[in-house]
Amino acid sequence: MTPLLSVQGITKRYGAHIGCADVSFDLYPGEVMGIVGESGSGKSTLLSCLAGHLTPDAGQVVFDTRADGPRDTVTMAEPERRMLGRTDWAFVHQHARDGLRMGVSAGGNVGERLMAVGARHYGDIRNKATDWLDRVEIDAARVDDRPTTFSGGMQQRLQIARNLVTGPRLVFMDEPTGGLDVSVQARLLDLLRGLVRDMGLSAIIVTHDLAVVRLLADRLMVMKSGHVVEAGLTDQVLDDPQHAYSQLLVSSVLQV
Amino acid sequence: MTDYNFAYLDEQTKRMIRRAILKGLAIPGYQVPFASREMPMPYGWGTGGIQVSAAVLTPEDRFKVIDQGADDTTNAVSIRTFFERTAGVKTTTATAEATVIQTRHRIPEAPLTEGQILVYQVPIPEPLRFLEPRESETRKMHSLEEYGLMHVKLYEDISRHGHIATSYAYPVKVEGRYVMDPSPIPKFDNPKLGDMAAIQLFGAGREQRIYALPPYTQVVSLDFEDHPFDPSRADHPCGLCGAEDSYLDEVIVDDAGGRMFVCSDTDYCSARQAAGHTGKDAA
Ligand SMILES: Nc1ncnc2c1ncn2[C@@H]1O[C@H](COP(=O)(O)OP(=O)(O)OP(=O)(O)O)[C@@H](O)[C@H]1O
Ligand SMILES: [Mg+2]
Ligand SMILES: [Zn+2]
Repeated sequence: MTPLLSVQGITKRYGAHIGCADVSFDLYPGEVMGIVGESGSGKSTLLSCLAGHLTPDAGQVVFDTRADGPRDTVTMAEPERRMLGRTDWAFVHQHARDGLRMGVSAGGNVGERLMAVGARHYGDIRNKATDWLDRVEIDAARVDDRPTTFSGGMQQRLQIARNLVTGPRLVFMDEPTGGLDVSVQARLLDLLRGLVRDMGLSAIIVTHDLAVVRLLADRLMVMKSGHVVEAGLTDQVLDDPQHAYSQLLVSSVLQV
Repeated sequence: MTDYNFAYLDEQTKRMIRRAILKGLAIPGYQVPFASREMPMPYGWGTGGIQVSAAVLTPEDRFKVIDQGADDTTNAVSIRTFFERTAGVKTTTATAEATVIQTRHRIPEAPLTEGQILVYQVPIPEPLRFLEPRESETRKMHSLEEYGLMHVKLYEDISRHGHIATSYAYPVKVEGRYVMDPSPIPKFDNPKLGDMAAIQLFGAGREQRIYALPPYTQVVSLDFEDHPFDPSRADHPCGLCGAEDSYLDEVIVDDAGGRMFVCSDTDYCSARQAAGHTGKDAA
């Protein structure tokens, strides 16, 4: 089977400082990969390199495109990469305000990706938007309200709807539950788990929270100082960590 | 004897502006950056349009200036006087006689012809600015033809008002490529932008941008399939000349709050009256 995403030797430096170094892994269709590690370990840097928001200094990010099969998105022309970014890829930011247009209604936020790929029928766009609000458990009556009037959990769910409306195959998430109350987190996690399962999504989730990976991730990578120190099936890594750092992390001695 | 070079700007500056104009004509709808000069009037007065006019005027030209369709507003009069003084060009209020017409907020009603140049004063050249304030990002959107955001703006209009409420500076797509802000003309004028025989030049002074439409360019107003573009016109004839095809201003005519609708294009209206047409409010 062809991996959906094949990452080889991704390295990103900030000057002399290492963001992430020599990261390689394959992600197969329908798989969810979790990335954990302490603050500053390079999780967001890696995710940004994979999603094309940062250009890595070395390495390949080979995505199995619908049209042409496996292509290195690092060297692909920018218009193509940006097109992937609004069709087959989705990116859920930790802070909803980074992933939403706060001055635009909920319907407009969800509809933007549809319009970006050529939807030109207002009624259809609006129907899809309300349909998606419903799927992320936001009252369809809020379709014309701005996200500024939404709670943190609702904003995050709106961000997810806005990203999934075009039926992407790969979702990048950076701390999607960070900064939310515990009960709100739980609801969001349930929702995410349902969507991942129903849509057969592949996903890469960066998080501090081991409960998040336990619930969502099939596989897990543990990062420290920019390097992957351990990788494997989530349950294996969490139940029987091999690397000393992973052991610390799992035993919660490290309050990350 | 004048203290200034012809049309105020020095030749080198005019050459620089002409290069920007030529580039704009070569890439219809594309915003060309240019080094805007200080002009002896404030930005709100159309310094972008004035610099473009200065760069295209020749001593043989006949110059007309309109502001919201009228030749006699303070703004129009002072720009006309400025070029009478600095370029010594003849001026006119008759659309058909003018070779260069500088305008703010209108396109004349009389169809323009080959050989004429229409110069627009532009306050904000970037049609995507409303939703994306980052210049680096809007530039990328233009270069990659990522215009979904333009429709988000129209979507928002419909969701809030039930119809596309944008009635000025209504965005257009030029030759199937660049999305362009036609300056704050009423959308009523949008259909005239396309396939026009005259050259159309757009100058934004504060924002330092020039863009252009060469003659007979395809210009399409953006819309949705189920909310098509509607140029809409007030449902009255002109009170003075009876025209039913012109853009109207509502004016208050007496202290009792009496109103009437009259052509915003004063030259068009007076020419029709001179030809014997009258409206119901004509004295
Ligand atoms: N723009 C930048 N310029 C310089 N250094 C940076 C930049 N962004 C990140 N770094 C550094 O790179 C390393 C990895 O940072 P990164 O943000 O990827 O970590 P992280 O694992 O996402 O941390 P957190 O859990 O706090 O979000 C850190 O040492 C950080 O200080
Ligand atoms: Mg981070
Ligand atoms: Zn009239």
